[in-house]
Amino acid sequence: MLKTRIIPCLDVADGRVVKGVNFVDLVDAGDPVQSARAYDAAGADELCFLDIKATHENRGTMYDLATRTAEQCFMPLTIGGGVRSPDDVRDLLLAGADKVSFNSAAVADPDVVARSADRFGSQCIVVAIDAKTVSPGKWEIFTHGGRRETGIDAVEFARLMTEKGAGEILLTSMDRDGTKQGFNLPLTRAISDAVPVPVIASGGVGTLDHLVEGVTEGHASAVLAASIFHFGEFTIREAKDHMAKAGIPMRLT
Amino acid sequence: MLTVIVDYESGNLHSAEKAFQRMAREGDAGDVLVSSSPEDVARADRVVLPGDGAFPACWKELHDHRGISEAIDEAVNGKGRPFFGICVGMQMLADVSHEYTETPGFGWIGGSIEHIAPTDKALKVPHMGWNDLVLDQPHVVLEGIETGDHAYFVHSYHFHVANTVHLLAHVDYGGDITAIIGRDNIIGTQFHPEKSQKAGLRMIANFLKWKP
Repeated sequence: MLKTRIIPCLDVADGRVVKGVNFVDLVDAGDPVQSARAYDAAGADELCFLDIKATHENRGTMYDLATRTAEQCFMPLTIGGGVRSPDDVRDLLLAGADKVSFNSAAVADPDVVARSADRFGSQCIVVAIDAKTVSPGKWEIFTHGGRRETGIDAVEFARLMTEKGAGEILLTSMDRDGTKQGFNLPLTRAISDAVPVPVIASGGVGTLDHLVEGVTEGHASAVLAASIFHFGEFTIREAKDHMAKAGIPMRLT
Repeated sequence: MLTVIVDYESGNLHSAEKAFQRMAREGDAGDVLVSSSPEDVARADRVVLPGDGAFPACWKELHDHRGISEAIDEAVNGKGRPFFGICVGMQMLADVSHEYTETPGFGWIGGSIEHIAPTDKALKVPHMGWNDLVLDQPHVVLEGIETGDHAYFVHSYHFHVANTVHLLAHVDYGGDITAIIGRDNIIGTQFHPEKSQKAGLRMIANFLKWKP
């Protein structure tokens, strides 16, 4: 049976983890590779690096990070942030990423997803969708870190992205991100039920029950979280045990 | 001893290279080389064929690299070198693929590549993530691997084996999905051993000392 995935996400800027990871005794809490190794050992199912300050000039540091991580962690790695073209996808895949995530560029030009999926396969193309509630039961896409509204319906956009070849949707609720109040479950469920591909729920996790709800009520295939793991509030193992007790199939070995 | 990972510009070889290199180093199993040269394949003691993406594109890329598929054929069927196919590299062992269009495969293990159609409509395609293996037959390359061990899958099409004598392991995803196939000097995994942590690294180590 396929297991529900837990994915810790590391925000990276200039090759360093923003705010650091403090759940184990790392020599350098700001080193993404050390953090990745710790999560690998802790039983995380995948890893996600998000380049939150991606500029053309600092792309090299992300390639270097991908390479060094892939040398040491034999688990799936997704990289996002500032990805604009099929060539960006290619460079990240060659550096060591397994999946590459589009965000603003897919909103500006949905066909960039099709061109990338045709070239590299849907299995490595993720589209990250940042959505906000605009009225009950209606959500729209926001770009540029949630600052720019687009007027595009989130559910329609998710469908369009999978038609273009996205193999997975990383869905972040901008209303909930950083609030620790739990995922936006109606949004997560609307999108999970609308698309044939796996959906990763993100944004708002504060407790282990939130992770459970993302799957049981939000119908997500995977849950992504950052701060509850980075700051040692919960270990990956505690999260998995909690989800397994709630009846969700988890990889516990 | 030389293990060649065939590079025909299909996806990410970096992690496969690192995983094979690490296990070769730990097992004193010689060198690991990523190469697109038929000459390197010809002198290889072991051949690894990876593959990501769509079957027709992979098959075309492989055959656009002049001489490489002939060199693989000679190594595997002429000289009997151990062969490891990964993901689409495993699917290419089939007679035919029905991904998008009908594309022939090597036909070294009878069967066809078909779209995954889980009986439970709530199950997503691609089949993406960790699934637990059910071993159907013992095999030297599976030493230390047990039913219940997890492996990392990401695929929308899968291998229907014509003869279950070639089926070494499967997983459940709204029906059986072929996970590992093999015969004689050939083995292939639908999952990514280089992404499957302990169980995957163990299989790679076993392959590197396999003497079929």
